[in-house]
Amino acid sequence: MADIAMIGDKDSVLLGRAAGIDVYFETEGQAAGKLIDRLARENTKIIFVTEKVFEAASETVNKYKSRAFPAIIPVPDSTGANGAAMANVKANVEKAIGADILF
Amino acid sequence: MAINYKPTRMEMSRLKKRLATASRGHKLMKDKRDETVRRFITFVRRNRELRERVEALMGEAMASFVIAKAAMSTAGVEEALLIPAASAKVEVESAKVLSVEVPKLTYVPSETRGLPYGVLGTSAELDAAVLKFAELMPLLIELAEVEKTCNLLADEIEKTRRRVNALEYVMIPQLETAIHAISMKLDENERGNLTRLMKTKDMLKAKEEG
Repeated sequence: MADIAMIGDKDSVLLGRAAGIDVYFETEGQAAGKLIDRLARENTKIIFVTEKVFEAASETVNKYKSRAFPAIIPVPDSTGANGAAMANVKANVEKAIGADILF
Repeated sequence: MAINYKPTRMEMSRLKKRLATASRGHKLMKDKRDETVRRFITFVRRNRELRERVEALMGEAMASFVIAKAAMSTAGVEEALLIPAASAKVEVESAKVLSVEVPKLTYVPSETRGLPYGVLGTSAELDAAVLKFAELMPLLIELAEVEKTCNLLADEIEKTRRRVNALEYVMIPQLETAIHAISMKLDENERGNLTRLMKTKDMLKAKEEG
């Protein structure tokens, strides 16, 4: 089992395979959520998901937010970044400080 | 809700001890909160910087991949990437930031160096895309580490802030009111007692004289 996995549409994640990442083609929210659950059970350390999957499977993603592993990290897909990942960083700041004072 | 108490000296000294503990806890929690916020800010700055870089570089890699797909057949690209490179590994340690356990990740690159496929029948654009992506990997791992740390710290800050507020606005005022009420009650008893004694003495005196 690889330590790093990547979930997203084919165009976006295929490249990961050449870098030694386990890639899974999945864009549908619920199925992606199940896949994340399975990967977490199999001790995957980092799961990169495309921003679209990140949004679609937000329920599962939130579940793993407060645990140390797996780290679920949104990355841009083949169409570029849509801002969901940055919004996530901002949300963290708001939660911790109360107002978005950094950006 | 006020604290239930009995107006006795024992109870008052017990409450005073609790108040001292609560004040001390409050001070410690407040310090912890301030320090966690300070660390969080440095982490989140780094997080933002990394994310911007990753997004730019990933965009480039993806763009060259799209061009590669245009230059080759889809089947050709898939065939080239069908056999995965040797798995990349991550070494995991855990570090502690103010008693919050955060992951520390070290990237161990895949054993396959360069391209995991033959150069025959694949386009140069694909090579470029794959190499760019491989270059990106250490950054991605660092991003993962920093972003996770930020998530965990944000959770912890929220929790600590709640505790600080609970102590400051609920626990400590309640204890103070209770202690105040008990001391009033005890003083009142004391005065009552004194008056009673004076009265009795007067009565006894009157009886002796009369």
